[in-house]
Amino acid sequence: MIPAAFEYHRPADVQAAIRVLQDHGDEARVLAGGHSLIPMMKLRMAELGHLVDLQDIAELKGISVEGATVSIGAMTTQQELIAHEELARVAPILREAALQIADPQVRYMGTVGGNVANGDPGNDMPGLMQCLGATYTLVGPGGTREVAARDFYEAAYMTDREDEEILTRITFTAPTGGYAYEKQKRKIGDYATAAAAVLIAAEGGKVTRASIAMTNLSDVPVHSGAAAEALIGTNCDEEATTAAIAAMLDDIEPTEDNRGPVEFKRHVAGVILARAIQRAWSRA
Amino acid sequence: MNEMTSPTREERAAKLKGLGCSRKRVEDVRFTQGKGNYVDDVKLPGMLHGDFVRSPYAHARVKSINTEAAMAVPGVLAVLTAKDLEPLSLHWMPTLAGDKQMVLADGKVLFQGQEVAFVVAENRYAAADGIAAVEVEYEELPVLTNPFEALQSDVVLREDLDPAAAGAHGPRKHHNHIFLWEEGDEEATNQAIDSAEVVAEEMVYYHRTHPCPLETCGTVASMDKVNGKLTVWGTFQAPHVVRTVASLLSGIEEHNIRVISPDIGGGFGNKVGVYPGYVCAIVASIVTGKPVKWIENRMDNLMATAFARDYWMKGRISATREGKITGLHCHVTADHGAFDACADPTKFPAGFFHICTGSYDIPVAYVGVDGVYTNKAPGGVAYRCSFRVTEAAYFIERMIEVLAIELGMDAAELRRINFIRKDQFPYQSALGWEYDSGDYHTAWDKALKAVGYDDLRKEQAERVEAFKRGETRKLLGIGLTHFTEIVGAGPVKNCDILGMGMFDSCEIRIHPTGSAIARLGTISQGQGHATTFAQILASEIGIPADSITIEEGDTDTAPYGLGTYGSRSTPVAGAATAMAGRKIRAKAQMIAAYLLEVHDDDVEWDVDRFVVKGAPERFKTMAEIAYAAYNQAIPGVEPGLEAVSYYDPPNMTYPFGAYICVMEIDVDTGEHQIRQFYALDDCGTRINPMVIEGQVHGGLTEALAIAMGQEIAYDEIGNVKTGTLMDFFLPTAWETPHYTTDHTETPSPHHPIGAKGVGESPNVGGVPAFSNAVHDAFRAFGLRQSHMPHDHWRIWKTAHDLGLHG
Ligand SMILES: Cc1cc2nc3c(=O)[nH]c(=O)nc-3n(C[C@H](O)[C@H](O)[C@H](O)COP(=O)(O)OP(=O)(O)OC[C@H]3O[C@@H](n4cnc5c(N)ncnc54)[C@H](O)[C@@H]3O)c2cc1C
Repeated sequence: MIPAAFEYHRPADVQAAIRVLQDHGDEARVLAGGHSLIPMMKLRMAELGHLVDLQDIAELKGISVEGATVSIGAMTTQQELIAHEELARVAPILREAALQIADPQVRYMGTVGGNVANGDPGNDMPGLMQCLGATYTLVGPGGTREVAARDFYEAAYMTDREDEEILTRITFTAPTGGYAYEKQKRKIGDYATAAAAVLIAAEGGKVTRASIAMTNLSDVPVHSGAAAEALIGTNCDEEATTAAIAAMLDDIEPTEDNRGPVEFKRHVAGVILARAIQRAWSRA
Repeated sequence: MNEMTSPTREERAAKLKGLGCSRKRVEDVRFTQGKGNYVDDVKLPGMLHGDFVRSPYAHARVKSINTEAAMAVPGVLAVLTAKDLEPLSLHWMPTLAGDKQMVLADGKVLFQGQEVAFVVAENRYAAADGIAAVEVEYEELPVLTNPFEALQSDVVLREDLDPAAAGAHGPRKHHNHIFLWEEGDEEATNQAIDSAEVVAEEMVYYHRTHPCPLETCGTVASMDKVNGKLTVWGTFQAPHVVRTVASLLSGIEEHNIRVISPDIGGGFGNKVGVYPGYVCAIVASIVTGKPVKWIENRMDNLMATAFARDYWMKGRISATREGKITGLHCHVTADHGAFDACADPTKFPAGFFHICTGSYDIPVAYVGVDGVYTNKAPGGVAYRCSFRVTEAAYFIERMIEVLAIELGMDAAELRRINFIRKDQFPYQSALGWEYDSGDYHTAWDKALKAVGYDDLRKEQAERVEAFKRGETRKLLGIGLTHFTEIVGAGPVKNCDILGMGMFDSCEIRIHPTGSAIARLGTISQGQGHATTFAQILASEIGIPADSITIEEGDTDTAPYGLGTYGSRSTPVAGAATAMAGRKIRAKAQMIAAYLLEVHDDDVEWDVDRFVVKGAPERFKTMAEIAYAAYNQAIPGVEPGLEAVSYYDPPNMTYPFGAYICVMEIDVDTGEHQIRQFYALDDCGTRINPMVIEGQVHGGLTEALAIAMGQEIAYDEIGNVKTGTLMDFFLPTAWETPHYTTDHTETPSPHHPIGAKGVGESPNVGGVPAFSNAVHDAFRAFGLRQSHMPHDHWRIWKTAHDLGLHG
């Protein structure tokens, strides 16, 4: 479990980091918490000549909450997300989800930016960010651009990010209403068998707004507009939930792995979504 | 001494911290501070590092190996292949099971992860780069991962074997067949079953899993070319056997080989066998004249070193309508992988599997085991159990449940009416064992009472009704097990490893000032020997356990022993310890009598001293006697106070226990939750209750893992699907439930202190308890048998197939 040799770079600002990426092309990769990248390197599934460690770049850190706008620096660790009281107040779904990622050791190292940039369908944050309607800020040689989380993921490990771009911030509007992040996993430290992020806003006993995204049930996170739509105007009763599940099942495409065959995953996806809807509704 | 202030007998006994004392583990001082000394902590000047190129294929011909590019990697010093080992006759090596095994791929590979070449380099990093640069050309061959198919297939796995020739355990029926091993009277068994009122038949599969010790396997071999001595540090559960094997294989005289097992981070059977890494490191050290280290990584450990189980057990059990068992028939198809490298006593190719009549008085039984070669890793070790005993316990405890279903009877009651009664001990089993002692009914009743069994059954019945009414999606399972183990191999007359009789040993030296050192032929891997063996000795010789050092694992200093596995340390080496202690005491008696100026027969032992009979104020303490042994000329008595004992046990010991698991099962997701786990163990005399409790907790957690998720799974082309801890289930504190432990105490009549061994009981009894709970939850809906591990999707599938998802 020893990676091939590589050069280690530790720039102090984003521009310097981008220059290293430019110099070395696809030979170079940025390193955040290392808890997805380093295992791949140890397995020699990723062989990289240059690692660009982002940990000295102050501008990539920190969480800010201004009014309803939440902005999270890419190098914020999952543990910092959990510990941030202000964030837990305005967007408690983040804490609920982050607590279900891996284990404390991983969460003290792994970053939000790394989690969303990685492109692994098993990661929990991408689905969550799609559910929240978050925007990613990317900085590259050509300047800065914003991409919606819902448009970012193309296939497993393939995203809209260019090789020479760095994901610097994640921004979203704090949701109102009820929320839930529900995840089934085989054990602590496991990726989801199925996970669901659900936001529900209600007025007068009826759903006015909803957002639903699923994790590890396709090669990309699945934001299911149709599933959310099925809840609008309902009181999340059995009929509405069944309709939402049916819509969600049309959008996912799970594959068999050690967690189980497709048939099982589709069933569990429905159960997990039902539970998430129930909990979000109870909080709405 | 003043009568009023002198300590009482009880106070003196308590000070010894002997038998029955929950003495804190002395090992933990270093382990909890990270000060252990494991193989990978051994760092010698000029040490080189070796590691393997491993086969990506499960079955392939090796067309060529090109090492040129690897040799060009800076820091790489050598690349060994089978061709280099052949002149030394070390490209193959004997296994413990009478077969032979490739050290490095000789013409073909037979399982994924097999060792193909050994790269020796100045450091681990260079070795890893060297491995990546070795070019191996393979030609893929058809893969056999299913033992039933292997026995039908034209594909010959072991081309090195003459298909017509017998194997180590008799004739072979097919080129992929290893042996047929039988015990019991098949004709009488068939007759009993065929004429029975009720017969239950089932295929019980105990899947392939792996001991996965926290520390993987490794070694440091150091050949000193000046004095001709070879020193080998390694993860060895049997260091003396390794020394003998190393001598036989290498031709180096045994006195020139020193084998050291330092701290071992768990073994569970995984560290009994000899692995290619040991051989290659030794050869590399002899060739280079430098110390060579080999340490496995986790994936290597899971893929290539010894697995456990993989037994397909086809059972038939018969009974009267009232539930009295009349016969048991079992045929096992045993998947041994590419080489037969099981670690069993030589004459027992299926270990002690014929303990499979369990705790029950079964008049007639038969067992037949067919060993089969497949394209999987070799092994078949006793993962925290005596040889194949956990398979046997799982088999009978499943068959009892299936029979209970067939009879429409409560499984606790069925067990009760079939238990061997207390007055039947020593009990002769239909398959040839003599059970030493037991009191199963007492243990069983205590267990059922402790969990409130009748109320649990009521609750379960109500739950089933509520489920049917759609009020809940959770079912309740009550998993019962009453297991009987067979441990402490074993009598030399029928148990040996590579010809070495399975005795064990202890050597004691009492120091002049009344403290002591004892050395044993065993080696702790977490069992706490340094704590418990000192307690046995404290009670025997009256020296406080805190004043006794226990040392194991260095073949230059420890007496010859067969090592630690199969719960044999306490039954065998523990007995040797008591016996050596008694020799010390016998000599001490002579010294005491001399000092007290009375006849030897006029003094008697009293906790920590010899006293003059009838005059308790006249005594000599063990400390005083020890001093005298070194500073007085005693007529007719040699100076010094030492003893050594080699113990050949007259029989095995038969620990038993009653375990009950109460489990909630979510039929929609396949998730489970353990609400209660009650474990009653009877391990005979209890040396250290706290250590016992720790062993039971650890063993139950392994049992939980095995039953609920842990497996070594292969795809159809022989790729290991569970080669990392992401997929191979190793429970953390999070998944581990609370356990309630309890005990009864039925001493072994033939063991010097009555102790039976406990380290493996929880694995043996735990697996059927967890698995039976899963099955029991679905009993009301018609489930008879499903296969472990009961992970989410398999439980979900069970529910699905029973129509519980609507
Ligand atoms: C045992 C274990 C269990 C785990 N379980 C879970 C789980 O249940 N759920 C879950 O979501 N995750 C899980 N993870 C993954 C963990 O959350 C990772 O930390 C996370 O996926 C990646 O974050 P990182 O900071 O470690 O990124 P790294 O590993 O450093 O990087 C990951 C990838 O993203 C790229 N990258 C990182 N930061 C940026 C950036 N700012 N801009 C552009 N590219 C970037 C890197 O180049 C790399 O390709 C687990 C990991 C382990 C080891």
